[in-house]
Amino acid sequence: MGLEQDLPEVLTTRLEDAVNWARKHSLFQYPFVTACCGMEYMATASARYDMARFGAEIPRFSPRQADLLWVVGTVNHKLAPYLKRIYEQIAEPKWVIAFGVCASTGGFYDNYATVQGIDKIIPVDVYIPGCPPRPEQVLDGLMKLQEKIEDEPWDKYAYEQKVRERENTGLEEEPIYKKMS
Amino acid sequence: MSEKLIEIVAEKFPDAVLDSHSRLGNDTVLLDRDALADVVGFLRDDETTKMNLLRDLTAVDYLHRAPRFEVVYVLYSLEFKHQLLVRVPLEEDDVNLPSISHLYGCAAWLEREVYDMYGMIFDDHPDLRRVLMYEEFDGYPLRKDYHIQHSQPRTELLARERDSVEEFNTYVKHEPAAGSRDQ
Repeated sequence: MGLEQDLPEVLTTRLEDAVNWARKHSLFQYPFVTACCGMEYMATASARYDMARFGAEIPRFSPRQADLLWVVGTVNHKLAPYLKRIYEQIAEPKWVIAFGVCASTGGFYDNYATVQGIDKIIPVDVYIPGCPPRPEQVLDGLMKLQEKIEDEPWDKYAYEQKVRERENTGLEEEPIYKKMS
Repeated sequence: MSEKLIEIVAEKFPDAVLDSHSRLGNDTVLLDRDALADVVGFLRDDETTKMNLLRDLTAVDYLHRAPRFEVVYVLYSLEFKHQLLVRVPLEEDDVNLPSISHLYGCAAWLEREVYDMYGMIFDDHPDLRRVLMYEEFDGYPLRKDYHIQHSQPRTELLARERDSVEEFNTYVKHEPAAGSRDQ
């Protein structure tokens, strides 16, 4: 509606910003739904709250086609290796959202069966509290993740960058989720 | 009506019935474990009882009591609408008891759960494995002396769970469960 007339003929930006802009607006999600939080996830994804507005449009039910892993609900020790494996199957760049208190901390399940937060198994980018969280909270979490993606060095996932990091830090410290095993 | 059930059992199996009561409306007989399969089979087939539904099979851990465990069978008759609780007391160091999976198909699953959570050994069970917990899990989580916050994390699958579908299939037994229609 006349908007394109106001645009300059040439847009300039940094490559990093352009890549991150593209990444944050095309999040392909893998919903790892194990419990009642799934209902809130569905509510957020469907028409009224419409997660598609944020570019997180289609849930992909194969980790190989996804880059955002939603861990929605309680994860128990029997399931933990499968979650870890799904995380490992996602191609980079990849992000993880812990949806609800059970995924974030184990919630009120402090017993023999439940993992006390999925960060014991895989790294997490954003934690969304709530039992279950309201869709507004979920969208807030998604926007927090978008802000985080915005500030990422765009070549963070490049092989060369990983080699460089390893050389700089000397011996790589074992991450906590690997110490567990 | 159903206090009659206690009388029927006590009359038919005078040696097997250790105790009986109708506390809180739950007609209950305490049975000796050796007679369990006979009594339950009788209750299922007899024309006056017809207990054709096993509503539940579970266990109770009375820690610090002389027979520490009790296995509870909730039997129900769809025809007569009466219910009887059969309880089998078990000592702490001797948790074997006969399986009733040949009488009720669903008992095979429930017995596996009781084995998983309480460690009861059901003799002659077709496939007594853990059903909810993972195989490496040590101990029985619903026993009262299992600490409530004690967890046994695992992040790796067993090799046979991981390697291939073929290998996984060799691990899962494809024999039909007792009482299933495939038999």
